[in-house]
Amino acid sequence: MQLTLRVNGIARKIDEDDDTPLLWVLRDTIEMTGTKYGCGIAQCGACTVHLNGAAVRSCVIPISQVGDREITTIEGLATPEGMAIKAAWDDLSVVQCGYCQSGQIMSATALLSVNAAPNDDDIDGAMSGNICRCGTYGRIRAAVKQAAQSMTAKDV
Amino acid sequence: MKAIDDIHKTGVTEISRRVFLKKTATIGAGFTLALSLPSPVLAQSAGESFLDRQDDPVSNAFVRIGSDNSVTIIIKHAELGQGTFTGLATIVAEEMDADWSQVVAEAAPANKALYSNNFLGMQLTGGSTAIANSYTQMREAGASARHMLVSAAAKEWQVPASEISVSKGRLSHGSGRSISFGDMAEAAATEDVPQKITLKDPKNFTLIGSELLPRKDLGKTDGSAIFTQDLKLPGMLTALVAHPPRFGATVRTFSDQKAKALKGVVNVLQIPNGIAVIADTFWNAKKGRDALEVDWDLSAAMSDDSDDQMRRYRELAKEPGVSAIVHGDLKVGFKAAVQIIEAEYEYPYLAHATMEPMNCVVQISETGVELWYGCQGHTLDQGGVAAALKIAPDKIKINSLFAGGSFGRRANIHSDYVIEAVLIAQANKSDVPIKLVWTREDDTKSGYFRPMYLHKLKAGIDSNGKIVAWEHRIVGQSVAANSAFAAFIENGVDGTSVEGATLLPYKMPNFAVNLHTVESQVPVLWWRSVGSTHTAHSVETFMDQLAAAAGQDPLAFRFAHLGDDDRYKAVLELVADKSGWGESQSEGRIKGIAVHKSFGTYVAQVVDLSVAESGEYRVEKVVCAVDCGLAINPDVIRSQMEGGIAYGLSPALMSEITIKGGVVIESNFDRYQVVRMKDMPEVEVHIMSSPAPPSGVGEPGTPVIAPAVANAIFSATGKPKISLPIGRKV
Repeated sequence: MQLTLRVNGIARKIDEDDDTPLLWVLRDTIEMTGTKYGCGIAQCGACTVHLNGAAVRSCVIPISQVGDREITTIEGLATPEGMAIKAAWDDLSVVQCGYCQSGQIMSATALLSVNAAPNDDDIDGAMSGNICRCGTYGRIRAAVKQAAQSMTAKDV
Repeated sequence: MKAIDDIHKTGVTEISRRVFLKKTATIGAGFTLALSLPSPVLAQSAGESFLDRQDDPVSNAFVRIGSDNSVTIIIKHAELGQGTFTGLATIVAEEMDADWSQVVAEAAPANKALYSNNFLGMQLTGGSTAIANSYTQMREAGASARHMLVSAAAKEWQVPASEISVSKGRLSHGSGRSISFGDMAEAAATEDVPQKITLKDPKNFTLIGSELLPRKDLGKTDGSAIFTQDLKLPGMLTALVAHPPRFGATVRTFSDQKAKALKGVVNVLQIPNGIAVIADTFWNAKKGRDALEVDWDLSAAMSDDSDDQMRRYRELAKEPGVSAIVHGDLKVGFKAAVQIIEAEYEYPYLAHATMEPMNCVVQISETGVELWYGCQGHTLDQGGVAAALKIAPDKIKINSLFAGGSFGRRANIHSDYVIEAVLIAQANKSDVPIKLVWTREDDTKSGYFRPMYLHKLKAGIDSNGKIVAWEHRIVGQSVAANSAFAAFIENGVDGTSVEGATLLPYKMPNFAVNLHTVESQVPVLWWRSVGSTHTAHSVETFMDQLAAAAGQDPLAFRFAHLGDDDRYKAVLELVADKSGWGESQSEGRIKGIAVHKSFGTYVAQVVDLSVAESGEYRVEKVVCAVDCGLAINPDVIRSQMEGGIAYGLSPALMSEITIKGGVVIESNFDRYQVVRMKDMPEVEVHIMSSPAPPSGVGEPGTPVIAPAVANAIFSATGKPKISLPIGRKV
């Protein structure tokens, strides 16, 4: 089917089967590979992107269901929350192999955009859908909190 | 892995052959101080095949200084997330006196002559050896580059070299003259390569040991880092393979009619390990694969259950097996015992479950075979591909990309997925690049698991509460059998099956470890910390059972049995101090302790456990003490301990591969469960200050967590947790 997707603010004309998951249109058709394939069944979170700012697993969303919602990928993540998250990630050297981290950053940014001061339970709730086999969870938790604090500091 | 005593040498040293320092004739093509050479791939001049350069020891090595003042350090080990880009670069930059901000790390291509692991004799990343095997080599590479820069400056300024100082990438003289590495590089490249160099006194290290070095594996927080999965080459197609449903099954017949009718499907090919579907995109290849009709020949396929296998292991364990080590006399020991304790421990198969499933890009063209992937076993894979294609290993060029985790999986003894990719490209009879992609299901079900093991332990305690006899039997498959690593098997004992069980921290007068090596159709492989994944658990939980039988505190019991190696004592003391071991515990919190040495590194951990009335428990906190000799990058060491603990916590709590009727039951993260954010404890890491040569940190954090958790649960319930995974309740 032919349709138009809005990805990182740019309209993209797509001609793929309507059951094609958004993940593979991003990766293979639009050739934006920051969003990763990890499981294909919404169990690992490596494919997390934003639809209208909310974190979703792009591996199980057929392109026919995206509609006119705004898609944001790691490449286009430029909100204040996203910038704060990325800065905290770098500052705390969160990353190891890095394969899951696009998804982690997208989930963390979505959390911060609806919850300016997440506690441990909030972080568990928002981040437990993102697997990291290198085990960077402790640093992710610390980085989410640091990013939240840096946002609050800017507000003052 | 052997320890090299002189590895920590300082002062004047003969350059080892391993640095491959040879003066290069042509500026720009040389390795040591060549100018602005973009990469070994791009450096080919027109008409020159990359194959011509492969065994030329001067074409590249470890350091390259660009006219833009960049210092590129070639990393011979695979960056799998463990931080080797940062670690090895630190050592070279230290001896060069480079500024960390000018340092760039770059993956080495496959080249056994230049980039072998000095412990293993082939280019391979594994056994937590990256820093340990190349510490001296990297120092020499850095010091040599520095020497040549200094010599060139001395000539240009007409001053003695001894009057030139180097700091943060600049050469300076008391007269006020100063120049950057980049501006001196061209002249330095014409200098003679030094035959003798002076290595720094470690007390003058400024980068080694620094907390302030950002990692050098970049692009991982903005989506720009290129993993194999992300690689785009002109005309590249994607291949998925329908693998046998059971180990040992083969294709009898198949129909590709429906698959070939689908959009985007370019070719369908039979290969030894199944049917490959080649398409323009992943999704079209997957739909093509789903549309295949394959009749599998199951006549030689595995048909039993992993439970059946474990029953056979239990039977085998009734007999001693092959002796791995023995000293004293068990009969005498058990006779002297006033208590005899026995336990059996069972360990399931485990998948590595890297976040990036296995994949590989191959192009077979007139100029040779070129591969792009997160290569971990360069020499193994070159050999494996060469044998599969019946060509010489040096006709195979490997471009190493970042790997999305490995944990042992990518250093495959049979180069399984790499050869699969190559055979697809060969069968496709075209020079278009092929990207083989495994789905998560392919990755989980295709084996190369950590073997399933059974351990049977029996010990005697005398009237003084001391262990007088210790008998340990292990049953399981060998990861080294039928591979290039069969040399690990001595007198019928695969050293990797018993490592961590034969050399204990504890003195025991009568001691024996025996092994039954079994055959199975299930392909097996090393898994982060290899033998220690199971031996650390059985030994350390059994120690707690014995301590309880002797009525002693687990830590005091360990101290009472420690042998001559004081490094065990030191990490135990440190972890006990930092965790408040022996102090009154807050309500509902129970501690467990364990210690283990693997790959030359000593790790002790104390777990803080909470148990709910329902029996559900949570690992709240882990305090970890590590002695890995000289700490090159403290933050990388901490991150490896944190990550190693998380990785070891999955099999401790929840992960297992089960096989029923020859079929692997778990196929994705819904059933192959792993630790998530909500399961992750707080981790506190303490690094011992040590003058010993640096040893590895990639694996040693992993094996200690399972026994520490099990011991906390034992302390809470009084019932020893015999097997892994423990499950969600005590």
